Amino acid sequence: MSALTTHPTAEPTGVRALAKRLSLHLDTLPTAAAVVIFIGMIVYGEAAYGRIVQFNTLSNLLINNAHLVILTVGLTFVILTGGIDLSVGAVIAFSSVAGVMLMNAGWNPWLAMLLMVLIGTAFGAASGVLVQYFHVQPFIATLAMMFLGRGLASILSTVPERLADDSPLRSLGTQIEIYDGPKVDDIVITPGVIIAAIVVAAAFFVLHRTRTGRTVYAIGGSEQSAALMGLPVAATKMWVYIISGTLSGLAAVVYTARLGSAQNITGIGWELDAIAATVIGGTLLTGGAGFVLGSVVGALVLGLMNVLITRDGGIPPEATTIITGGILLVFVLLQRAVLARRRE
Amino acid sequence: MSANAHGPSEALKGLVRRQYFWGIVAIALLLLVNLIKDPGYLAVSIGSSGNLVGNVIDILRAAAPIILIAVGMCLVVATGGIDLSVGSVMVVAGAVSMEFLKGAPDTVGSGLAAIGLVVVVSAALGAVNGALVSVVGLQPFISTLVIMLAGRGLAKVITGGQNTSATNETFRWIANGYVLGLPVVFLLALLLAVAMGLLVRRSALGLMLEAIGMDAKAARLAGVNRRALLFTVYILGGVLAGFAGVFATASVMTVDVSRTGYQLELDAILAVVIGGTSLAGGKFNITGAVVGAILIATLDKTVVFLGVSSSATPAFKAVVIVVLCLLQSERVRRMFRQRRAAGAARPAEREVVAA
Amino acid sequence: MPESLPIVEMAGISISFPGVKALDAVGLRLFPGEVHTLMGENGAGKSTLIKALTGVYKIDEGEIRIAGEPRRLSGTADAQSAGISTVYQEVNLCANLTIGENVMLGHEVRGAAGINWRATHRAAGATLEKLGLGHLNPKQPLATLPLAVQQLVAISRSMVAKCKVLILDEPTSSLDANEVEQLFTVMRGLRDQGVAILFVSHFLDQVYAISDRLTVLRNGRFEGEYRTHELDRAQLISKMIGKDIAALKSLGAKASRRARPDAEPLYSAKGISRKGAIDEVDIDLHRGEVVGLAGLLGSGRTELARLIYGADRPDTGEVTMNGEKAEISTPAKALARRIAFSSENRRDEGIVRDLSVRENLVLAVQARRGWARPLPRREQDAIVEKYMSALGVRPADPERPVRLLSGGNQQKVLLGRWLATEPDILILDEPTRGIDVGAKAEIQEYVSVLADEGLSVLFISSEIEEVVRQSDRIIVLKDHRKIAELEGGQGVSAESIVTVIAEDGLGDPSADAAVREEVTT
Repeated sequence: MSALTTHPTAEPTGVRALAKRLSLHLDTLPTAAAVVIFIGMIVYGEAAYGRIVQFNTLSNLLINNAHLVILTVGLTFVILTGGIDLSVGAVIAFSSVAGVMLMNAGWNPWLAMLLMVLIGTAFGAASGVLVQYFHVQPFIATLAMMFLGRGLASILSTVPERLADDSPLRSLGTQIEIYDGPKVDDIVITPGVIIAAIVVAAAFFVLHRTRTGRTVYAIGGSEQSAALMGLPVAATKMWVYIISGTLSGLAAVVYTARLGSAQNITGIGWELDAIAATVIGGTLLTGGAGFVLGSVVGALVLGLMNVLITRDGGIPPEATTIITGGILLVFVLLQRAVLARRRE
Repeated sequence: MSANAHGPSEALKGLVRRQYFWGIVAIALLLLVNLIKDPGYLAVSIGSSGNLVGNVIDILRAAAPIILIAVGMCLVVATGGIDLSVGSVMVVAGAVSMEFLKGAPDTVGSGLAAIGLVVVVSAALGAVNGALVSVVGLQPFISTLVIMLAGRGLAKVITGGQNTSATNETFRWIANGYVLGLPVVFLLALLLAVAMGLLVRRSALGLMLEAIGMDAKAARLAGVNRRALLFTVYILGGVLAGFAGVFATASVMTVDVSRTGYQLELDAILAVVIGGTSLAGGKFNITGAVVGAILIATLDKTVVFLGVSSSATPAFKAVVIVVLCLLQSERVRRMFRQRRAAGAARPAEREVVAA
Repeated sequence: MPESLPIVEMAGISISFPGVKALDAVGLRLFPGEVHTLMGENGAGKSTLIKALTGVYKIDEGEIRIAGEPRRLSGTADAQSAGISTVYQEVNLCANLTIGENVMLGHEVRGAAGINWRATHRAAGATLEKLGLGHLNPKQPLATLPLAVQQLVAISRSMVAKCKVLILDEPTSSLDANEVEQLFTVMRGLRDQGVAILFVSHFLDQVYAISDRLTVLRNGRFEGEYRTHELDRAQLISKMIGKDIAALKSLGAKASRRARPDAEPLYSAKGISRKGAIDEVDIDLHRGEVVGLAGLLGSGRTELARLIYGADRPDTGEVTMNGEKAEISTPAKALARRIAFSSENRRDEGIVRDLSVRENLVLAVQARRGWARPLPRREQDAIVEKYMSALGVRPADPERPVRLLSGGNQQKVLLGRWLATEPDILILDEPTRGIDVGAKAEIQEYVSVLADEGLSVLFISSEIEEVVRQSDRIIVLKDHRKIAELEGGQGVSAESIVTVIAEDGLGDPSADAAVREEVTT
């Protein structure tokens, strides 16, 4: 027994103890980095362009990125298991076009909204079945769903579908003033932001406080071990795709409510934004480690980047996807470096 | 599989094994549908300048860019990877050539220079994919997804967000010219496809790529230089996509930054899968990919000819991909095998599971 | 042991794989409150039987009764709900989670606000405490623990699952004597609570120290069920090997050894090492000799072989071949220098399952030539014909996908692939594992012939007898370092090697007492 005690915690003194303590928290490091980057961007933005650190700008940051936050939360679940969902952007396109057309055709708007969410659920379930029961690689299955969603949206319409001005859906995009600041510098939120906040809180609860959530992490660590431990691997993998699909549907509702219209080309490239946000927030692309709150920070980093690009004016808006892609690559490379360091 | 099968069942198995046979059947069926609608559909006449004119020729012309990206995709898929960036490489190629030709004189030299530029740029994009996959070790879909989305951004930056047009007769001839009465694009595409086919099958490249796609670890221990081969394959895929981009823009001498090559990765993947190559990697079939590409072109033309809204085609193609993926999955194949075994006396051969 | 009803009763279990009948009408009975050992040599069918019980493999014939009820389990989760937990040789936990979470996964303490982490960690701590692991902090990441301790964590996990039957599949392979003793304390505790424990181990004294009854398997057949104290060690060994005691004495001793030419070595490595794999090792290989690597599982046998081949890049060390410096950092470079390496992991790192026999045979030769210089069909045919007939690959159809061959024939194809590269040095890692007896004998014989023809062979096997029989010189590894180098021949036997391993570091109180005891038997 004495031999055992010497093994795990050999001489926890001095530098080694510090190194050990640091290595214990190595997986929070990327998330901390994301927070630092976010703060750094705010400070830089304020210094370079001004009018960043004010209620108005920060409120808008939340309002304009509520849908991205919701998407990112869904993708965090999938990526934590070591999977991927490329269909999120296309699901939003189909769901929002279908929803707006149904509402304009006289459907009960609330029923239509429910259907928008359920469309996402159906896409997620289809991906899940392909991945789990037919062992199609996740990116192939969700890529097929991406083409399908985009194709179905194009069948419905190829022009912008405008939401009626009195549609209740628009109420989800109404700006609610919470604090009346000087001039227009108010704290403003929309029901969409509240929905996003609830989604984040719920996801945090599920991931950290339920067995399903812990199984998600276990699968990402080692799917084989998780199965041998008797955890419900198959069901959980189904769930993460269903969650991702459903949240895509919900993001469609929130986005459409803010924009007031829907089109078949909505959400092109959003899968990249959502993956980048998740990865920037510290979730390992190979699964098993990450935090949903980090993903939220990641989404806000991307949102803030758009604000800064707009303010700067010198960078063409077309270059945004190039920059997002570049950032994603840099973070993935960083992850590999950290992992390689840890293995040593 | 079983040595004692004779006669028609053996012949049938031979056909089933060549999955692209069903692609040819599908092409024939689509043409038949068109023929019913218009008995003169297949007629090929000789046009004013001695060229062949007709619907079939149009199909072949439309198939050319798809053939190229399908062949490139086929090689990448064989290694167990995927290249989602082909459509974006096409638009970048188009943007580069149009921007160049816009300011260049209308000579043969500048036409060729534009093509040279396209080769360099598309090879560079392929090299980025190749480096990320082989040197850095990123999953192929992530690397190529980044290029897919950033590539279109790059094309927009190159043209300043505009749809750029240019004039150059040499360049235009590639897409609209005729040799021996056949469209140049199709001949070029076929030539490149045959060249690629000879390259992989006459050399040992095909075997090496399959070995990597089937079992990367075993291939490495057998001394296969995975890194260099992956690099080569992604560069080849990029260059072929670049040519496809030239084909797609040269016919109208305009690059449409949001539509050129848009979602063509869907067509390329579909053509590869129709051709009998599994998306899981390993055994590949270039002939099959070419058949698949022609089938897709036939389908596109048929949809337009029948007056069906062409917006439905992408969704239909996606469904076909899903179905073919299901057919390739182990679970479904086992179901089929069991059904076949129930008919035959012997149970299907069981794979070695014991370590 | 109470003679109550068996909690598990397996009767007439048969399972076959192509070419091998893995289990042939095997039976097993487990009673509550006993430690039951499953004995047998490698390939006797122990793992297959366990996988049949937990539903990982489908049974062709036979019946399983659990608590008297006929039952077919469908997998791990199903087995766990039936009260059967398994701890495997390789640790099957999630290294990305904490110790406590790994113990409690799926059994977390839940309250109104979801999982109550404080209570969960406390419960994990209490479970660990029972196993004498109370000093572990449940909030620590699992990855920070050495493998041996992770194994004990895995066992505490099955205690949380409230199992009635605990299967321990070679859990002691990576544990030292103190850890083994601690494990036994826990096992006795569980047994006294009425848990039936099925124990698999290669160490005889461990078996005699802990088990109440044992079942012996040989070549997939049921050899017998005995009370441990009614069967002495010599009898047990002869049951396992199917030979009587007299024959056993001579077993393992090599009749003669090849005279090693005193010329300078073909390959010589000084101080090659790789962090976490193997400490600095010197190794020389000469033409016309078989050098054996002996050592227990995890001693660094495979790791050393991979370094020599460049499958892993060495951190330190210098390699000379034929007197000149050589840098071997990739398999391709090794092949160029005529070194070949047949991996122990035939399925994942050896054959390419979907390629044909022909393609598998020529793959390495082709890779060395490069893709641009294809091997002409005529030369391919020559290679295929030569090695298929020399090694007796059956069926003799070169176009058949290799996955459809039996394990033994796959191994022959793999051997043929490496021989086709005309190597000077051939590294064989477990070339006879998991294949049928006939193929095994053929491969062993072929290895000797190769060495006689002047090849330098590095031979690795977990069966020490086999290493002794094959080798002219034996390098003994323990805990990732070389502890001895023995000349083969009459003086060396499996016993003497085990003695070397056991006596290494005898001054050290944590020396492997279990193995040492085994030697004295």
